[in-house]
Amino acid sequence: MARLIARLDIKGPNLIKGVHLEGLRVIGDPQLFAQKYYNDGADELIYMDSVASLYGRNNLVEIVKHTAQNIFIPLTVGGGVRSVEDATQLLRSGADKVAVNTACVANPSLINDLANRFGSQCVVLSVEAKKTSHGKWEAYTDNGREKTGKDVLNWVLEAVERGAGEVLLTSVDKEGTKKGFDVELVKTITGKISVPVIASGGMGQISHIFEVLQNGGADAVALANVLHYDTQPLKLIRKELSAKYPLMRPVS
Amino acid sequence: MSKITIIDYGMGNVFSVARAFEHCGAETLLTDKPNEILSASHLVLPGVGAFADGMKELNKRSLPAVIKEFVSSNKPFIGICLGMQMLFDNTEEFGIHEGLGIIQGCVIAIPSKKIDGNLRKVPHIGWNKVVVDSNFQGKEPIFNSLDDSFYSYFVHSFTAIPSNPKNLLANCDYQGFSVTAAVKQNNVYGCQFHPEKSGETGLSIIRNFIALNS
Repeated sequence: MARLIARLDIKGPNLIKGVHLEGLRVIGDPQLFAQKYYNDGADELIYMDSVASLYGRNNLVEIVKHTAQNIFIPLTVGGGVRSVEDATQLLRSGADKVAVNTACVANPSLINDLANRFGSQCVVLSVEAKKTSHGKWEAYTDNGREKTGKDVLNWVLEAVERGAGEVLLTSVDKEGTKKGFDVELVKTITGKISVPVIASGGMGQISHIFEVLQNGGADAVALANVLHYDTQPLKLIRKELSAKYPLMRPVS
Repeated sequence: MSKITIIDYGMGNVFSVARAFEHCGAETLLTDKPNEILSASHLVLPGVGAFADGMKELNKRSLPAVIKEFVSSNKPFIGICLGMQMLFDNTEEFGIHEGLGIIQGCVIAIPSKKIDGNLRKVPHIGWNKVVVDSNFQGKEPIFNSLDDSFYSYFVHSFTAIPSNPKNLLANCDYQGFSVTAAVKQNNVYGCQFHPEKSGETGLSIIRNFIALNS
């Protein structure tokens, strides 16, 4: 069943949004947006602390604690998770899954450690993919700033082998452009792994979601700009999509 | 105000579970103390993770006998996710491991191959349709105010198989494989999905559980 996930990028106490993960703008209080998306029938929420790795700190725990109070759907939290202890703290604050990127690129065995401690279903590999040539993408970290030298497909295969239970696949090229998801990227990954893939970056119209589910084989889509600026409200997205794509949860 | 006792044995999302019960108007107590568990009016066994680890943590605290004693008192009990799976006799997860043996049956892996030979994605993550068994439709108090089918959030790789079909309260079709979504034996409930993460539907189930015996 395809999931509609609201993605909230956080900086300090604010919800932010950029283009290609850069040029970040403050949008508002993440708590208010999270509550609205819960009320509007989001299947899940994702919180990403976009600058946590950059500054080597983790300021999400307080926001997560605050947010999780009145939201009764799954919450994935990422950004600055560097150890089993960081993950424990987030999970005890109300997160259901942790998303990891930078620290696992430097130390891939962290994925094994997290999966062994919490189970694979708790570990989401976050990948920032930039296209390099036909059919090839390179994994980036720190909001598409730092190259890793890793081929996205190989990195995802390795991470799943190590115990990642889900992949949040963000296209840096498409992110914030409203031109549609990178369907080719998503298809390349979903065709090779058996764990769920969340497509992120590029949503502009409802037909874009249909494309990435149908042609890309995505299990879920992460939506940000269209929700934050209310250009495509969640209820409308679900209603229109349900008519074309039967595998959606009906929400009254 | 109802007081709900939640067993805190180091496995899983006890805070989310407690928060959901509090949101539904209950007072909660997180504990692993036998006397507090035995004096509870309603008992919850949550849990996320591996079966063997869960049993190890319960055994370490000498809790299996305490849970069985509570269950025999006829007071409402619910196991969630791993907490439901551990109610059964045993599992094949990473070797054979014994469970609490409160409900007869075993816990098996969701097959990763479909009948047509294609791969089934495991773990089963996401929202799926729970269908109440025909024996219980319209009369099961824990599903009060809900339809005979409703959507809930699942995260699991294993599923319980009750030996006695009368224990099967609800199931869920996951890509052609029938997953046990909920079980019941007298005062003992188990649900594979997460009511604390299933939005307003899940909160209704939690409210119904709180209302049992009161």
